[in-house]
Amino acid sequence: MEQNYFHSVTLDESLCKGCTVCIKGCPTEAIRVQKGRAWITAERCIDCGECIRTCPSGAKKAISDPLSLLEKFDINIAIPAPTLYGQFSSGISCNRILTALKGIGFDDVYEVAAAAEILSRETRNWLKIQKEKKPQISSSCPVVVRLIESRFPSLLDQVVPMISPMELSARIVREKYKNSSARVGVFFISPCAAKVTDIKTPRGIESSSVDAVLGIKDIYKELSQAVGHVETEESLSIANSIGVSWARTDGEGSAVYSENHISVDGIDHVIDVLENLENGHIRNVDFVEMMSCPGGCVGGPLSVENPYIARNIISSRERVLQQAAEEKPVELPEGICLFWTEELESRTTHRLDPDYRKAMQMMEEMERIQASLPGLDCGACGAPTCKALAEDIVRGKTTETDCVFMLREKIRDLTREMIELESRMPPGLDR
Amino acid sequence: MNFEYTVSGDDYSLAGRASSDIKKKLKQLGIPATVIKKTAISMYEAEINMVIHADGGIIKVTLDPRHIRIILKDTGPGIPDLELAMQEGWSTASEEARELGFGAGMGLMNIQRNSDGLHIDTVVGEGTTVTIVLNMED
Repeated sequence: MEQNYFHSVTLDESLCKGCTVCIKGCPTEAIRVQKGRAWITAERCIDCGECIRTCPSGAKKAISDPLSLLEKFDINIAIPAPTLYGQFSSGISCNRILTALKGIGFDDVYEVAAAAEILSRETRNWLKIQKEKKPQISSSCPVVVRLIESRFPSLLDQVVPMISPMELSARIVREKYKNSSARVGVFFISPCAAKVTDIKTPRGIESSSVDAVLGIKDIYKELSQAVGHVETEESLSIANSIGVSWARTDGEGSAVYSENHISVDGIDHVIDVLENLENGHIRNVDFVEMMSCPGGCVGGPLSVENPYIARNIISSRERVLQQAAEEKPVELPEGICLFWTEELESRTTHRLDPDYRKAMQMMEEMERIQASLPGLDCGACGAPTCKALAEDIVRGKTTETDCVFMLREKIRDLTREMIELESRMPPGLDR
Repeated sequence: MNFEYTVSGDDYSLAGRASSDIKKKLKQLGIPATVIKKTAISMYEAEINMVIHADGGIIKVTLDPRHIRIILKDTGPGIPDLELAMQEGWSTASEEARELGFGAGMGLMNIQRNSDGLHIDTVVGEGTTVTIVLNMED
């Protein structure tokens, strides 16, 4: 397990008011409010960005790498996520957007949508040979992979062991420049905060071929100006409708397996379906697409356009591509491995203690404490639920008086005792 | 350690809550993932059965250092022919239940396959008590 937990999702202390809105929506119960501000438990955070969506003060942020990193390399290659095409109206062609990327400092581009098409095909083949462990769960959303590691480890062996379209794009670029002595920088243009974390602490592979992740929102201003200044559109786009569709929910699901799949988006729905997969309630399904963000990657915290509008733009681009002269399939260059080389790890961050007997004692104590708490889940203590507070107490992180109701009860007991004492008179004065 | 749940009889949308809660607890205790999966599948199946066939009931779960013991007690119609009911594909689930994806006739067989011990006490007209035992270590 990694020692230093880098996370893209961070807190701007100066903006945090210490309200408790974010603690409720966190799917891994990673946030507590203490000393007037929120604290994110690094081991638990899966970079889903839910807190960014819910924070009323804009104090939760997703940090990505700066554009100035381009200076570190001799040749800079942009690998834009398919979602980038949803950020500009459909009248602006993909070629124009890609040409504009070259206008803001990149030397070349490779579309992640092209790699997604290759992976759609390869995943379809993989599913054909998977008879036992069904359904197979998509590994393309880095949040979902981390969620399964921490909350659903029994499903780890059903995760498709293939690299992501981002990673494949970077490998294709590296392959192309493998004989070059120049320093080649590969930059993912991302709607996704978790990808920023993912290239630093990847899953399934030893290290990422991507050098940096630039948030769409962070380059949007420069890029949209460059889009306006494009004089001659270069013919750079090779992606087809299948790859572009990965930006939205059910794009990957349909591309990989057209009939017997389900596509799930939004972290709450993802959790619900994972619960059902674990219970064995979901049978007779071959493939499950899971996207942590509502609407799919178009709903990512680093995107700019409203996810519903972006999704509409993506769909209309897909139609245009389908209607255009026949689509030419994207070829996978030789010598590139698509499979994971590392096993996923169970990261059960919710385990009370490594010693089962100790954990059992702690749970008994937790049950006792929980029964004494009001069960309102008000969040005033800074923990998302009474149960979570009970857990924090047995873990020794806090005490019962963090609960305002328990505190009130203690004060009431004390007051009663004081009144009782007050009524007693010294024997000499007692008539 | 003991846990008790009351399962409501006719709300399908709530069915499975007890199994989900136990699953969370087992994860906190650090029980091996394979054991959790077996427990989740067998308990969920039995809990759903309780909702579909009997009018809900009581579930008691006991955890000791070596076993997970789940006792599901209902006062439903009972199972007339247990041997038949144990066969795969056999089901008396209502059309309504089947439409919701339940009662595919995997029930008791599925519980047996995913547990280390299954015992069923049933009396027609009085009710059924299903006892499922799982070993803590895989």
